[in-house]
Amino acid sequence: MKNKTKHLSQFQLALGEFKRSKRGLICLWILIVLYSSAFSADFLSPYHYADENRNHSYAPPTKIHVVHDGKLNPPFVYGQTFSFDKFHKRVYEQDKKVKYSLKIFVKSDQHKFLGIVPINRRLFGVESPGRLYLLGADSRGRDLFSRLLYGARISLSIGLIGVAISFTLGLLVGGIAGYYGGKIDNIIMRVCEMFMMVPGFYLMLALRSAVPDNFNSFQVYLSIVVILSFIGWAGLARIIRGMAISLREREYVLAARAIGVSDFKIIVRHILPHTVSYSIVAIMLSIPGYILGEAALSLIGLGIQDPIASWGNMLSDSMGIAHIKFHPWVLVPGFFIFMTVMSFNVVGDVLRDCLDPLMKGTKS
Amino acid sequence: MENIISIKNLIVSVQDKDKKRRILDDISVDIKKDTITALVGESGSGKTTCALSILRLLSDALKIESGTLEFESQPLLKLSLKQMQNIRGKEIGMVFQEPLNAFNPLFTISFQINEVLQYHTNLNKKQRQARVLELLDVVGIEDVVRVSKNYPHQLSGGMRQRAMIAVAIASNPKLLIADEPTSNLDVTLQARIIELFKDLKVKLNFSIILITHDLGLVEHLADEAIVMKEGKIVEKASVVELLNNPQQQYTKELLNAIK
Repeated sequence: MKNKTKHLSQFQLALGEFKRSKRGLICLWILIVLYSSAFSADFLSPYHYADENRNHSYAPPTKIHVVHDGKLNPPFVYGQTFSFDKFHKRVYEQDKKVKYSLKIFVKSDQHKFLGIVPINRRLFGVESPGRLYLLGADSRGRDLFSRLLYGARISLSIGLIGVAISFTLGLLVGGIAGYYGGKIDNIIMRVCEMFMMVPGFYLMLALRSAVPDNFNSFQVYLSIVVILSFIGWAGLARIIRGMAISLREREYVLAARAIGVSDFKIIVRHILPHTVSYSIVAIMLSIPGYILGEAALSLIGLGIQDPIASWGNMLSDSMGIAHIKFHPWVLVPGFFIFMTVMSFNVVGDVLRDCLDPLMKGTKS
Repeated sequence: MENIISIKNLIVSVQDKDKKRRILDDISVDIKKDTITALVGESGSGKTTCALSILRLLSDALKIESGTLEFESQPLLKLSLKQMQNIRGKEIGMVFQEPLNAFNPLFTISFQINEVLQYHTNLNKKQRQARVLELLDVVGIEDVVRVSKNYPHQLSGGMRQRAMIAVAIASNPKLLIADEPTSNLDVTLQARIIELFKDLKVKLNFSIILITHDLGLVEHLADEAIVMKEGKIVEKASVVELLNNPQQQYTKELLNAIK
């Protein structure tokens, strides 16, 4: 007789639980869509992020038409002209004499997908010299939609990389402090408290000012990631330390020592894996912090520099009441930041309910 | 006969507010090779502390104050942590009282036996896998492939204890320390585990230190017995002698307690 009972692992149980939560699933899908479109930005966006046309500064979202002269046409856009009003502000009008048809798999300049695979097509676009602005244009006449996709690469990846760095650091440091205890614990925890004591945003500004200003954009990106994760690890380390202190008293830790496992392996194999259900939730809930941190730095002009797009530096275009009044579409990146942060929070929240049966039903 | 373990004037104490309390009070004892030596005594008499200090695995609160511990004439207290880790699990295996707690619930049985082999043998991955199954077979588990893939909580108490023994004997240790190996099992299972120990001792030729409060177990399994009380050794004799002709008052009381 074979034992047919299927044992569900804790992970499978949690997954089943997660599937039953509608808001969790919706937010997870939002995240999946956002991340996959950021991944394929080179193909999805109609223009390169730096592709500018000053004749279309702050052009409103382009209308897509199907009817021309009372006849049905394949989708197309009209050309655009502008005049100045009495405040010397551009007023755009559709030029119904010229029309550019909308095409899929349109040929474009040679560029590289993810900087590796050369491609020369984009998913959609209009014939040159027509311009397609799905979400409007910014001050330099760059397509906001394209910049949003390219910017998502930076804004969304900073969360993941930052979390990866700070969690590796936090888990190891916390694990070491908790496992050894005594003097080592004392020293490590005092250092952590020093980091936690300084308000995060000011520490971030201070660290940013220490970065040399001749860095290229990639180096700036890396230094921002490092700065952000430098701030986040201490709080985590303290919690992991607390868990490690209780876990090291378990008999299987003694048993592992009795078979000669080294201290480092005990921490990595026998202590840290038991903090995983806490860590997954903490990771989900701390990613928004990194996204917001990058946005805040870039918003005030200390983060990612133009012309490279990030959601934060795109938003800096919208500082000032005039921008919000006359071309409100520059606020779109803010909406996406909001969506992402909210989705991570909801997914984290639902995950916590799934992974920790004791916390079920309690509101944080 | 040679001694496998030789303890001299061992004092282990715990800091209790402002005064030190001795958990092991000046213990000197030799444990002979190829014997099963039982450490008998009531709870708190220092049996487990004695065993753990051999492996130098005492908790932080307990300190070895003085004395020497020799394992095959190696001074254990003078070894580096690295050398000590090479003895733990390789030369001295340990069987714990409650295997459910002594196995890490996140890993399969196979993984946890593998861990010993990884540290103390030069076998490659495939050989280790084969060895895991072989070990499970040696300790009398029938459905070895399934059991090796199971997690600790999926096994019955007896199976878990057998798997625990498999971990302890994985690298052919010279000494096995068994800390109350049967006290969580029912009587029939106890009998089978006792048989297993006897069997393994003949097959693999190691010495055993058996920590127990169960004199029945001592009678069936052990050759020598050391009676402990409040951190001191009360009496040491061969089992036959101890059971038939106890010298000390405390030993007599212990024997009377089970009659």
